[in-house]
Amino acid sequence: MSLVLNIFTIIAVLAGTFFFLAGTVGLLRFPDTLTRLHALTKADNLGLGLVVMGLLPQAEWPFDVIKLIAIWLFTLLAGATVGQLMAQAARRGQPTP
Amino acid sequence: MRWVKRMTIPDFLLAAAVFVLVMVALGLVRILRGPTDADRMMATQLFGTGGIAALLLLGVAMEVKAVLDVALTLALLAAFASVAFVQGASRSDGDDPKETNSQ
Repeated sequence: MSLVLNIFTIIAVLAGTFFFLAGTVGLLRFPDTLTRLHALTKADNLGLGLVVMGLLPQAEWPFDVIKLIAIWLFTLLAGATVGQLMAQAARRGQPTP
Repeated sequence: MRWVKRMTIPDFLLAAAVFVLVMVALGLVRILRGPTDADRMMATQLFGTGGIAALLLLGVAMEVKAVLDVALTLALLAAFASVAFVQGASRSDGDDPKETNSQ
């Protein structure tokens, strides 16, 4: 049973780090501010989400698991609102189409 | 690859944490090159999230419970930093549509 959990952890954490890589490359390579924002929020939510999901079986029940999930949900909420605010800030710079 | 057999889960988590930190370091280049303020703020946001991921990986790999609280605090601070940036940016460029009609 623990082997299955370990394999799940390895796969999920690898996927999470892959999305971090994709997000960072997107942040550096994309031409426009808004497309970079898209890449960034992708890295944020998916990268961290998969890493946390991979860590869940390793953490002890119940307090660590709850804390990990709390951190994940908070980061999701923060990332969503901040993404909207930053898009608004970025768009204010350009003339409205 | 003989070392794969001797590699335990905590080692793998530490390797993942190092990889995430390298990604964040690459992302900080955007601060140097970013034309607009929003780009620089995005790199800071990625730094916050990458830091949280690395902290969580380290915390669970080394069985240290306090590190999870540190990650929670960093999540809070990263959110506040971004909101502070947006408020600062909207107030700095003169009249703000939201403020004018609110008085």
